[in-house]
Amino acid sequence: MKKITRFQSFGAVALTLIGALLMSFAPGKSYKIGDNVADFKLKNTENGKYVSMASYPNAKGYIIVFTCNHCPFAKKYEQRIMSLDKKYAALGYPVIAISPNDPAVAPEDSYDELGKRAKEKGYTFPYTFDETQQVAQAFGATKTPHVFLINKEGGKLVLKYAGAIDDNTEDAAKVTKNYLADAITEVMAGKAVTVSETKSVGCTIKWKQS
Amino acid sequence: MNKLLAVLLHVCVCAAYGQTAEVAKFDELQKVLSSTNDTTYVVNFWATWCVPCVKEFPAFQDLAYKHRNEKVKLLMISLDFASEKDKTLIPFLAKHPIEAKVLLLDEPDYNFWIDKVDKAWGGEIPVTLMINGARGIHSFFDHDFTPQSLEETFTKTINKQQ
Repeated sequence: MKKITRFQSFGAVALTLIGALLMSFAPGKSYKIGDNVADFKLKNTENGKYVSMASYPNAKGYIIVFTCNHCPFAKKYEQRIMSLDKKYAALGYPVIAISPNDPAVAPEDSYDELGKRAKEKGYTFPYTFDETQQVAQAFGATKTPHVFLINKEGGKLVLKYAGAIDDNTEDAAKVTKNYLADAITEVMAGKAVTVSETKSVGCTIKWKQS
Repeated sequence: MNKLLAVLLHVCVCAAYGQTAEVAKFDELQKVLSSTNDTTYVVNFWATWCVPCVKEFPAFQDLAYKHRNEKVKLLMISLDFASEKDKTLIPFLAKHPIEAKVLLLDEPDYNFWIDKVDKAWGGEIPVTLMINGARGIHSFFDHDFTPQSLEETFTKTINKQQ
């Protein structure tokens, strides 16, 4: 009987420790502008191959886009994300798209569905699946779409911009501020980014319910 | 015929609840945010495309009904796209009438106004504000509610600084 109690209290301690570990992924602990970012390794849903930032040795930086299939806001930005890759991959800043949603909550965002969408639309960039959601947590992504601009500086991956792509989700023709593009222009010119963080509405990331 | 019936039903329901949804700019919301009178405003930011928002909608229907004779005003701020209002928001409200003022906030540059609602808000929905200018109440909730938790939170919030 005593043994069981001891085992139970050990269990409680273990749970607390796991809880503390999970807490360390809380939004407060995610990357800030200017932070060095860790590379990741995620499966490209189109071909099953793993993708990292290191997969692009000649890139000057990366446009990391947390997006998904199901969200109407992500859909509104799909064409713009495709255009971003077309324009900026050639300039050294390719797009890597990441869907972080739990398919149990959003079935349209399953690995297979993501791959299907990428093929149908002819994405020129990898559409990866963050199955453990650890990359989204590390970046502090909270919604889709949510973009992060990374610049390679002296071998380090530095976060330069986080937030929205531009200032009009509903209508690309009415955009007046190209937040991400402006940040890339400044980074490429070796300047400090004037607006390095923006807030926007989007679909909340569908976190796993543990 | 079905369509006609649906239209008629819509008209009746809207008339019964005075349900309209105006397209508004941030100024309209700012008036409520900076009001100084002793009215408690419950402001919910939502959209018809947002699954948890739609799920918690009945909680706000309940709250509005329960407090309809008090100095409490419910403001449902829809972040649906203005161009899709007749396809999204209007049919939703026809099916889910609510004793509230429903505004479709047409301010596409989110970055310009999100911080003015609350600095703690990143732009995810649903979120809810409970404010009473006269009593200095400004409480921000970045999670969804059940009917029970909304009523409890409301009571706790408005009694906090009475």
